[in-house]
Amino acid sequence: MSARDSLLHRRVFVLPAGNLEEAGSVSGDVRRELTAMGVEQDIIRRAGVVCFEGEMNIAMYSQGGRIILLVADDRVELLFSDRGPGIPDIELARTPGYSTAPDWAREMGFGAGMGIPNMERQSDRLEIRSRLDGGTVIRAVFKRGAE
Amino acid sequence: MTVAGVVEHLALDVLAEGDLSTLVTGGYCSDLLSDVLAHAGGGDVWITHQRHMNVVAVAKLKEVAAVVIVRGAAPNEQMVERARAEGVNLLMSGESAFQAAGKLYRLLSG
Repeated sequence: MSARDSLLHRRVFVLPAGNLEEAGSVSGDVRRELTAMGVEQDIIRRAGVVCFEGEMNIAMYSQGGRIILLVADDRVELLFSDRGPGIPDIELARTPGYSTAPDWAREMGFGAGMGIPNMERQSDRLEIRSRLDGGTVIRAVFKRGAE
Repeated sequence: MTVAGVVEHLALDVLAEGDLSTLVTGGYCSDLLSDVLAHAGGGDVWITHQRHMNVVAVAKLKEVAAVVIVRGAAPNEQMVERARAEGVNLLMSGESAFQAAGKLYRLLSG
């Protein structure tokens, strides 16, 4: 967030490793906080989906991480960071239908290869940085007042 | 048509009651959570075989009118409890997804 004085709200959610059962709870909290702050409905819906997908990826693939929610006058941001294997080929991971999810996750209805494409589609900007055997950082930006 | 109306016409079991007076505007049939996140609409009845905690989170996020678990495959009490806590209408059908979706489609377009 460049213009620091425009920051209205900052919240950090810590995600332990492999907590799939509870995954989805941060997206609920994010929705509640954005609603309480009077953020546009369209952004609340989109940020909820992006947050859920990011949460699931952290729960399924990493050794834990965190999600930071930032709210400013002109935008909402979600920053996902994890410690984990990293993404070897980010372009491939962005490809609809591509997934490295294990069988148990596929049986639960994950691993359709739609997670990152969904995150891209629902955000106004999505940046992915990853380091092998280090971790992954994803920044999702939602522009306010663009409706 | 409300969720209560759908429950009656499709002879569904109510496992967790959120608000049965919620208006049903459509339906979506999928077992892939990301597909539901991408394509289901608010007010849809979501028909699925999935029965675990994350289903409740997705249902809540998408503001679906109800979740229908098919083939009478009852979820565990933990999931039912979560649905109750989140105010999600969790329903169950003894029929297949095809039959449940067919009946719902006829009901909503009739």
